[in-house]
Amino acid sequence: MIQIEGVHKAFGANQVLRGVNLTVGRGESMVIIGGSGTGKSVLLKCILGLVRPDAGMIRVAGEDVTRVSRDAFLARFGMLFQGGALFDSMTVWQNVAFRLMRGKGRLPKDQAREVAIEKLRRVGLKPEVADLFPAELSGGMQKRVGLARAIAAQPEIIFFDEPTTGLDPIMAGVINELIREIVVEMGATAVTITHDMTSVRAIADHVAMIHRGKVRWTGPVAEMDATPDPYVQQFIHGRAEGPIESVR
Amino acid sequence: MSLTAPLAHLGAMVLAALAATGRLALFAGRTLGHLLTPPFYLREFLHACLQIGWLSLPVVGLTAIFTGAALALQIYAGGARFSAEAVVPQIVAIGMTRELGPVLGGLMVAARVASSIAAEIGTMKVTEQIDALVTLSTNPMKYLTVPRVLAATLTVPLLVAVGDAIGVMGGWLVGTERLGFNSATYMKNTIEFLEFWDIGSGLVKGAVFGFIVALMGCYYGMNSGRGAQGVGRATKSAVVAASVAILASNYVLTEVFFSA
Ligand SMILES: Nc1ncnc2c1ncn2[C@@H]1O[C@H](COP(=O)(O)OP(=O)(O)OP(=O)(O)O)[C@@H](O)[C@H]1O
Ligand SMILES: [Mg+2]
Repeated sequence: MIQIEGVHKAFGANQVLRGVNLTVGRGESMVIIGGSGTGKSVLLKCILGLVRPDAGMIRVAGEDVTRVSRDAFLARFGMLFQGGALFDSMTVWQNVAFRLMRGKGRLPKDQAREVAIEKLRRVGLKPEVADLFPAELSGGMQKRVGLARAIAAQPEIIFFDEPTTGLDPIMAGVINELIREIVVEMGATAVTITHDMTSVRAIADHVAMIHRGKVRWTGPVAEMDATPDPYVQQFIHGRAEGPIESVR
Repeated sequence: MSLTAPLAHLGAMVLAALAATGRLALFAGRTLGHLLTPPFYLREFLHACLQIGWLSLPVVGLTAIFTGAALALQIYAGGARFSAEAVVPQIVAIGMTRELGPVLGGLMVAARVASSIAAEIGTMKVTEQIDALVTLSTNPMKYLTVPRVLAATLTVPLLVAVGDAIGVMGGWLVGTERLGFNSATYMKNTIEFLEFWDIGSGLVKGAVFGFIVALMGCYYGMNSGRGAQGVGRATKSAVVAASVAILASNYVLTEVFFSA
């Protein structure tokens, strides 16, 4: 579904991606792990065309993402941004229903609102939240509204940038289950970035670890624990000692 | 340091200024292109009209009334030097409608609107809301820039018209209350003296200034740097650029409209 070949990206002197190769199959749940600041969010933005790579090729369903018609291309995607990125001039339900109320096949207002409330319920938010503004919600609630917005239009491909950070363990469990459901029931392709190893095990079919701008290791989640790769071992066990240097 | 270093520095500054002008012109061109092609966001446009036009009325009105009043005092004092105190109504009218109404109105709108547009769009940029718009298949130029630029271009002339009227009233108040003019004569002199183009040229200037204000706000907002500091810098640049562009284009327009 998604093929990434030799993608490079630098911001000024800061070489972030240095030749990333990664393939995500249709209907598969890929989880990306890796240290903070290694360019995981940038990689997702490259796929969506929000950041233009310096080199390399990205294909979605066989098509070069720089050559496709943008509207049709983006209509297939849903994205949860790391910071939520909710529109603060709109109420919660208007955020969730943003895409439903625009473009071809838009829904009338009451119907869009109903769908939005249903999506909010799926991420564990009560209907009362629908008429609040994003600024009136807690960080974890904002995150879940962002999640509801990402899945509202039932996209084929969904990106989740740290869906469970800032959530309590029970809510994190609910969200993990939701992501799994979306992949299994709706047949969506999902790419999730997370630092939470419980989430990795709950969500992933495949795992890719990014280190120093490259994919260090990738494979099925079942093989993750057994891999001898010292970088992966250090990361998944959260050890301070190991080949990944931590500045102190 | 070599002797040519200052020259090199100057050259670099000129090149940077030219590049910025080019980028701004491209941005303006893209805005106009998007203005003509659907989708159109009517709600955003009406909201922008309210924010830019209606809510700017108080500042523009206050600016106009005090300016008209001070103008009347100055013209009276100046006119007294060659026994021409009687020209106060005429000069206040022409000064307000041709120059001070549009320019001061434009500058006040620049302070109020260019800053708020730049801060709003800049914050949307740094909190990834612009990226989110794109992923939700909505073009930020069409959704954010076009409604604001169109609203400012259409509503600032109306603000200028109101400002003209209030400014003339300010002159009339001072003229009748402080300078001993007869109220009816003052009004009659004002109305008979003014020609259509005195007012019309000011309204055209208002439209150009409105366009400049919203364009600068959107341009600097969309190109805001990262973090609160980036938004602060974008806001400042938008106000400075809009104010300078208003004054410069005012001179050019005055040359075009009134030089023989
Ligand atoms: N628009 C940008 N301009 C300049 N530098 C950027 C930009 N976006 C990201 N970076 C830089 O790219 C690097 C990777 O950022 P990214 O957000 O992808 O990290 P990440 O892997 O998602 O980290 P985290 O797990 O902390 O979210 C960082 O060093 C960051 O400073
Ligand atoms: Mg990130």
